[in-house]
Amino acid sequence: MILSRIRDHSLWFPLVLFLLASALIATITLAVMLGPVPIAPKTVWLIAFSHLPVTDHLIAETWTKAEGHIIWNIRFPRVLLGMIVGGGLAVVGAAIQALIRNSLADPYILGVSSGASVAATLVIIFGAFSFFGAYSLSLSAFLGALAAMGLVFLLARVGGRISTARLLLSGIAVSMIMSAATSFIVTMAPDEQGIRTAMYWMLGSLTGAKWSYLTIPAWIVVTGTILLIMNYRSMNSLLMGEEAAVTLGVNMNTFRIFLVLTTALLTGTIVAVSGSIGFVGLMIPHIVRLMVGSDHRRVLPVSLFAGAIFVIWTDVAARLLLAPEELPIGIVTALFGGPFFIWLLRKSSYSFEGGAK
Amino acid sequence: MNVDVSKLSYKIDQQSILHSIFLQVRKGELVGLVGPNGSGKSTLLKNMYRVLQPDEGMISIDGYLLSEMTYKESARKVSVVSQETAAAFDFKVREIVLMGRHPHQSMFRADTAGDLSIVQQALAKVGMAKAAERSFHTLSGGEKQRVLIARALAQQASFLILDEPTNHLDIRYQLQIMDLVKNLKLTAIAALHDLNIAACYCDRIYMLKEGYVVASGKPEDVLTTERLLEVFGVQAVVSPHPITGRLSIAYISELFHDAVSVDKRAEKREETSDANAMHLLSIQL
Repeated sequence: MILSRIRDHSLWFPLVLFLLASALIATITLAVMLGPVPIAPKTVWLIAFSHLPVTDHLIAETWTKAEGHIIWNIRFPRVLLGMIVGGGLAVVGAAIQALIRNSLADPYILGVSSGASVAATLVIIFGAFSFFGAYSLSLSAFLGALAAMGLVFLLARVGGRISTARLLLSGIAVSMIMSAATSFIVTMAPDEQGIRTAMYWMLGSLTGAKWSYLTIPAWIVVTGTILLIMNYRSMNSLLMGEEAAVTLGVNMNTFRIFLVLTTALLTGTIVAVSGSIGFVGLMIPHIVRLMVGSDHRRVLPVSLFAGAIFVIWTDVAARLLLAPEELPIGIVTALFGGPFFIWLLRKSSYSFEGGAK
Repeated sequence: MNVDVSKLSYKIDQQSILHSIFLQVRKGELVGLVGPNGSGKSTLLKNMYRVLQPDEGMISIDGYLLSEMTYKESARKVSVVSQETAAAFDFKVREIVLMGRHPHQSMFRADTAGDLSIVQQALAKVGMAKAAERSFHTLSGGEKQRVLIARALAQQASFLILDEPTNHLDIRYQLQIMDLVKNLKLTAIAALHDLNIAACYCDRIYMLKEGYVVASGKPEDVLTTERLLEVFGVQAVVSPHPITGRLSIAYISELFHDAVSVDKRAEKREETSDANAMHLLSIQL
């Protein structure tokens, strides 16, 4: 009761946003500090600002070259990639749950990650698509994701229309076929190392993040999130049912396509740079709804921050738990997220489905 | 505010569901749509609220074709309350009614004070003003339906479509919802399962069977003993309600068809119900 009274206050949402934004800055600082080479928080930001165009000549270099390299070229890109990936996955999860109107929906439900996996395992194990050069893994994963998505889209189209049920079922069918193809490729692998690398990729990993990997995903996640937030009212009415949405003035034919394309593009981009990190897109939107209710005006921005913070921390855990060995981040998201999600499931005040309490 | 449906046909896989339907709703009327299951009531209404697209014919509102409006435009003219719907995730009552403002709002504009006061007024009209901050899932069936009517009111459309609005509700709430609709003096069409409710509240009734309009007009002209037998396949006694004076329909179970001749039984029924009514009245006095 007390929680719901606090939640009803008009300043609650701005407060949540402010707290999460602060937490995100603290999270980035800590995540960059933590690692085999300890670094002071002040140094983290001095190094960051020394690389920005305006502030660079104001800062005296008080750190070693090695520290500068580790912070700027290794840890920062990785943490920021975690931020982009986590925020993006959580936003897509919320949007997909609105589209499918099902609490089980996650960003991968329409087959996006399965298509990416086929392409990625081909690259990792057989060195396919090498003509893409340094970006062969990301690019081919992205194209694989789009191909799977396009296939799902075509299968779901009957008489020029797309029904959500068909979309969901085609997604599952395509995922099954693609997973079989991935497993086949993996079993055909000529050496153990290839299998290991492919497994790592499929469980998701932020290893090897570079600044050059960040620009495109950052733009796509930011643009996609803004587009989705602009349509928050349509997404709200969609939660009342597709027919209700039509009667409230939503053109479902175009809006469904908009949602599918936006979420597919975001998911495809994210999977291309990080593999398929599970659980984030499923879990974060539920936790966010518990905090701020179901209104997408709040759910989307809060998911962006919450997802970013969650993935940055799980990646820190993935780096440090078995250091110097690294865990695939997907294992950590599931290990930490699972118990929390079970707690949420058992909590009676949060209903996952209409009226089911 | 006039709604005109003319020559409307609708097919699923070459099979006709609606055959050349003509239907009008005039300003201030509450028009009832009755018919057995599968007669096409809901399909007709879904064509009218654009979830389905007619194969032939047209629907116009004040002379403007529905099919040429954008969805936002039509949502400003037509609002819909259908069978109790559940939100996929929980919303507050106020948030649900605010969705009714969607057709009036631009993507780039926040909710205005005007929107919020319209929402509050709509909730007050259905007697749910105090529940604005409650969660939708915690409401009873009747309360949920009232909130959805408030959402339709917030839409400020001139025409309301009620698609079996009282299904799943117990009788008290059914009457409450229909009283509310009647008292708000909305121009509306309602698909109704309960013929007594249709007879009691509707100004005119259209009766559908297998996708054809088989009768239309005042309740007493449409709901006759012969037609109930022909269209619904039930024996019934139709008589004036002892107190309201509206039409009242009493069904006769097949168990009793042979035992007593229907007509005799009907007379007897009428007598006893009259006697009951007198008795009731004397108690009240």
